[in-house]
Amino acid sequence: MNIAVLVKLAPDTEAALKIDADRLKIATVDINYVLNPYDEYAVEEGLRWKEKFGGTTTVFSLGREEAVKALRNALAMGADEAVHIVSPGGLDMLGKAKALAAALQGRGFDVIFAGKQSVDDDCGAVGPMTAYYLSIPHISTVVKLDCDGSRITAWREFEGGAEKFECPLPVLITAQKGLNEPRYASLKGIMFSKKKEIAVVEAAPAQAKIEILKLNYPPVRQAGKIVGQGVEAVPKLLQLLREEAKVL
Amino acid sequence: METTYQALDYYLIDELLTDEERMVRDLVREWVECEVLPVIGRFADEGTFPMQMIPEMARLGLFGPTLPEEYGGANVSEIAYGLMMQELERGDSGLRSFASVQSGLVMYPIFRYGSAEQRRKYLPKLAAGELIGCFGLTEPNSGSDPGSMQTKAVRDGDGYILNGAKMWITNGTIADVAVVWAKLDDVVRGFLVEKGTPGFSAPETKMKWSLRASVTSELVFEDVHLPSDALLPKAKGLSAPLSCLSQARYGIAWGVVGAAMACFDEARRYANKRVQFDKPIASFQIVQEKLAIMATEITKSQLLNFRLAQLKQTGKATHQMISLAKRNGCYQALKIARMARDILGAAGITYEFQSGRHLVNLESVYTYEGTHDIHTLVIGSSLTGIEAFR
Repeated sequence: MNIAVLVKLAPDTEAALKIDADRLKIATVDINYVLNPYDEYAVEEGLRWKEKFGGTTTVFSLGREEAVKALRNALAMGADEAVHIVSPGGLDMLGKAKALAAALQGRGFDVIFAGKQSVDDDCGAVGPMTAYYLSIPHISTVVKLDCDGSRITAWREFEGGAEKFECPLPVLITAQKGLNEPRYASLKGIMFSKKKEIAVVEAAPAQAKIEILKLNYPPVRQAGKIVGQGVEAVPKLLQLLREEAKVL
Repeated sequence: METTYQALDYYLIDELLTDEERMVRDLVREWVECEVLPVIGRFADEGTFPMQMIPEMARLGLFGPTLPEEYGGANVSEIAYGLMMQELERGDSGLRSFASVQSGLVMYPIFRYGSAEQRRKYLPKLAAGELIGCFGLTEPNSGSDPGSMQTKAVRDGDGYILNGAKMWITNGTIADVAVVWAKLDDVVRGFLVEKGTPGFSAPETKMKWSLRASVTSELVFEDVHLPSDALLPKAKGLSAPLSCLSQARYGIAWGVVGAAMACFDEARRYANKRVQFDKPIASFQIVQEKLAIMATEITKSQLLNFRLAQLKQTGKATHQMISLAKRNGCYQALKIARMARDILGAAGITYEFQSGRHLVNLESVYTYEGTHDIHTLVIGSSLTGIEAFR
């Protein structure tokens, strides 16, 4: 089985994000970057498929120099090969999907895994759009996956229900929390990741079609109001919910 | 107020580490945070070792990581090994002791003094956690003076007969193979004794108030017949077990800093949060002085360990240098754990906080693998040329 996994470096979810002086991006100083948490599920799935079906797991990451850290983390978990798609930055989602598809094209992957979204941009678009440019099916936000070697069965959840899909390989799957329990890296994996040469490909230059105009902080939440205590406070609370908050 | 662990790095030692050393440190730190800290208090309370952690520690590669890959190691640097021990002991001294014994006191002597066949037979399985090892040097009447040991081996045809007893042996009861030091023709030699060998028993030492999440045992040998290949061929004389202790003490020097960092972090956060006289107790000068002393000593020990690691990597670390770091590290860590417990007040005596558990653990670490006093005399002897204990 020839397996690809798309990974991205993202700010640690515990990091307190600040807007940069230009108001167009997040300030990168003092932020700890980690492998995007949803991509960890994708890497884990890629490793499990390798263990089950044999073959190799190749990880791809798109971006500037820092992207290498995401690749090394995936190698330390057990991936075999890594490809860094160098882009000058500034690509929009469409541009990223095109660049990823160009790098994946012609390599004969049976399956491509990606996280369902990155925790910084939160778009959830790059995985499915990459599948589009590769002309292969995709199933997104997958929580359970089976494969008999040529066809897959995938389950995804939505509010109040679940969907089951069947589909032949090749396919692109985006991973949702619950798909698996990602493994820890290992000391051997870390030493391997250090020695492993990472292949580099250049992304073709592209003009972003979406422009970010300005980043703003969310409005500061107003302090709540305590209208009283116990049963006596209920009529007043109902009145305020109706008349002031207008939620009833 | 942050809720997650803030590892003290006052002198930005992080900048001195390589990427892979940081990755090793972060990996073990995260594993301890997620898998050890939530449950270790319960194991300490019950007085049992968390056996289910052994396969996971093996998968992470924490056993014998400095050994070459053909023996299951990862060939990591001495700094990476030290950082790994630091992070393990941030979890619990018992967990670090387990790794120290497996790596420094069992895999190391088999690697250094064992035959090719012994290496092949034991090392990969010890690295994989499929075999657990222990190390028997100390005896009921032979502690700081190991040369006075009474455990004896005599020749019996091709093999040997072993008699004697060892005490305070970490992992003894759960070990599959024991590295046992005994006198043969009046020379200290090392033997590999497998669990289940007739005449060999390893009763557990219970009723401990320190290293509760760790197995401590006696090893008893009553006419134990050993085959010829049980002998470590290249270990002759007391310097062999002492060289193993140097490995383990090196890990201890790093480990206790992890325990101290855990205590400091806990005390600092508590002091910032706990309000008395309408302000956080961190506002009071006495508390600030304690935190300043703790941070100073942790930083000094971190730098000491970093340099010791460089010396060890280049083969220049003497056993006296290791004694100095072990002695200082344990002494300061114990003091820091006490101060942390003090800042925590009554809360500090419960398992809800870590400092009390580290404090009682460090009481053992302070005197095992060479007591504080003996290390003092080792350094004294190297400075004066006079051995005070002979």
